[in-house]
Amino acid sequence: MLDYAWLILAFPALGTLIIAFFGTRLGRRAVGFLAPAMVFLSFAVAVALFMELLGLPAEERQHELVLWQWMAAASGPGATGSFNVDIALLIDQLSVTMALVVTGVGFLIHVYSAGYMHDDPRHPRYFAFLNLFILMMSTLILANNYLLMFVGWEGVGLASYLLIGFWFEKPSAADAGKKAFIVNRIGDFGLLLAIMIIWTGLGTLQFTEVSKALQGFQVPGTLEVPGTFGSGALSLTAIRAATLLMLLAATGKSAQIPLFVWLPDAMEGPTPVSALIHAATMVTAGVYMIARSAALFDLAPVTGEWVAWIGMATAFVAGTIALTQTDLKRILAYSTVSQLGFMFVAVGVGAYAAGIFHLMTHAFFKALLFLGAGSVMHALHGELDIRKMGNLRTKLPITYWTFLAGAAALAGIPLLSGFFSKDAILFYAFEHAIPLWVAGIITAFITAFYSFRMVFMTFWGQERDKKLHSHAHESPRVMTVPLILLATGAVVAGYVGLPSISAIDAWLEPVFHAGEHAAEGVAHNLTLEMILLAVSALVALGGAFLAYRAYIADRDLPKRARAAFGPLTGLVENKYYVDEAYNLLIVEPLRALGEWLAATFDKRGLDGAVNGIAGLTGWAGAQVRRLQTGMVGLYALAMLFGAVALAAWLVTR
Amino acid sequence: MVPTTYYLILSAVLFTLGALGVVLRRNVLIIFMSVEMMLNAVNLTFAALARHFLQLHGQIFVLMAMAVAAAEVAVGLAIVMAVVRHKDSTNVQDINLLKG
Repeated sequence: MLDYAWLILAFPALGTLIIAFFGTRLGRRAVGFLAPAMVFLSFAVAVALFMELLGLPAEERQHELVLWQWMAAASGPGATGSFNVDIALLIDQLSVTMALVVTGVGFLIHVYSAGYMHDDPRHPRYFAFLNLFILMMSTLILANNYLLMFVGWEGVGLASYLLIGFWFEKPSAADAGKKAFIVNRIGDFGLLLAIMIIWTGLGTLQFTEVSKALQGFQVPGTLEVPGTFGSGALSLTAIRAATLLMLLAATGKSAQIPLFVWLPDAMEGPTPVSALIHAATMVTAGVYMIARSAALFDLAPVTGEWVAWIGMATAFVAGTIALTQTDLKRILAYSTVSQLGFMFVAVGVGAYAAGIFHLMTHAFFKALLFLGAGSVMHALHGELDIRKMGNLRTKLPITYWTFLAGAAALAGIPLLSGFFSKDAILFYAFEHAIPLWVAGIITAFITAFYSFRMVFMTFWGQERDKKLHSHAHESPRVMTVPLILLATGAVVAGYVGLPSISAIDAWLEPVFHAGEHAAEGVAHNLTLEMILLAVSALVALGGAFLAYRAYIADRDLPKRARAAFGPLTGLVENKYYVDEAYNLLIVEPLRALGEWLAATFDKRGLDGAVNGIAGLTGWAGAQVRRLQTGMVGLYALAMLFGAVALAAWLVTR
Repeated sequence: MVPTTYYLILSAVLFTLGALGVVLRRNVLIIFMSVEMMLNAVNLTFAALARHFLQLHGQIFVLMAMAVAAAEVAVGLAIVMAVVRHKDSTNVQDINLLKG
């Protein structure tokens, strides 16, 4: 079965092609069935792979599948300086886990989309893009080398651009698509440079080869790697540079400081797109890549420190912004940025399994929340301002209950999935550095508060807009069934990572610490973990209670809080003026430079050269035309002279 | 027997007269006749030299040139007719559509 892993890629690829070429002829029903079916088949393959891996002993749970040779610049088999990259897949615990999440959650979102996008005039195009996205994301996570991963990395960037700007008639949507693409490109160049460094140092781009080459080295000193290209050594400085560049790439794709600005704007796309791209799959690519490069990051603790603190800062900043937003989807967007920050903290402190665990639970509850928001939006004819909602729980019971489950999981209410995964991260943060944990706990409090602010503002209290409220109606089954399934996932997914008997840790650990470290990481201090668990449970409940006080019991509290914080409120409400700062510092200077170049270089230089050549030719023609007198005698004379001159030349030469 | 030189001199004189006629005259028919004169001057040279070297190639060239000249006259006179109908003039200075 492991040799059929390529089917995960083949199904969405087939779906993309069929829908792209025959989508309009097939009709809405067929497309709405075909696209989810393709993703479901991929999911089925992923499940089969997972089952097979489970049946194998831990050491054998790694399978490379070479599909075909991609590029080869070999000077002989295995020769130094040879550059060989294959289209090959790596099936191991990490990639299968990711594939399960991507195709599973992706399938539910496809089903939901079939209902949500039913009346869109560009229905087939939407599903072609959606399948393309799944194809690219699967390429990213199943690739066995950095270069093929980069193809998927760029591919999801492209697909997200297409999907965010899907309603391109709206200038804001088109702009958001461009912004996402350009901001991502900044990160992508970092990844490309990191890949070059890795290849120059190690002579291979294959994940397994890289970690094998780096195995057994300790942090101080230079690594002598035998039989590789160039100097045959990857110095620690080079590793640090490579990991920092990867961090740049990850901040772009996973929306961290300083490149997080694209994600909130990306909410211009259709809501299921936000659920798929900006919650469950694409944004987690950065976390996945860092986890996949664990061998490198373990040797660069400085970068790990950076990753953790950038993640923490992002989690806090985005969390505070989410407190003040009034657009339901934007709250979720900032919440996503904030949760991704938590995952960065995890991979930064070396708790890769905890990061992937949170990635997985987050995929469930955040996709659920986004789809729930889509359902609310559907019911209210596109209204997303939570200040106009209220008391919707009677009108939208299924949406309410599922949304509540998602919000509670996000808030970290005990015994739901988010509780366990966030707690795992906070535990490792505590072991790493106490300040990191303190910041994490504060952010967790903020998270709980804004999660329940959403719930209370939207579904509880009095209806604020009577007209909207009276027209509200529950979504069709094709939309509510995915919500229910995701809600189930959001509730129970946490149980694969219970403290101290964490199944997911044991499952993933061999990927990150091949060989020697395996036993070390598992030794938990159970008492400490239980204490921390209790603290975060209290914090989550406290946040929820405060939200209840502020938005249900004591309505004036938000106003008083606003007054108490004074100018700080304005700062946060305006998202710390990050967009404005980027505009002022980067966009405007670049635009000015562009305008200057257009005026001087382009208009005068290039246009001048082109027009100058045209003018010169015209002037020469005007001079030469005088020869054409129209007097036949003169022509005859010229001919005669010519003939005489020719004859003279022939005779005298 | 008349020496070949005489023929050649006559031919040269005829050719020069023809060329001068082409360049200097204005009437299109006269120019046309001058061209014919140049052709025939060349023909004379061919014939004379064929006799001089006792070879038939020159004679054949003459016949060839006469045939081409006949065709050329047919085309040329047709053009002249068309021009005259159009412009009501045989003066080449009136035919100056190609003036730049």
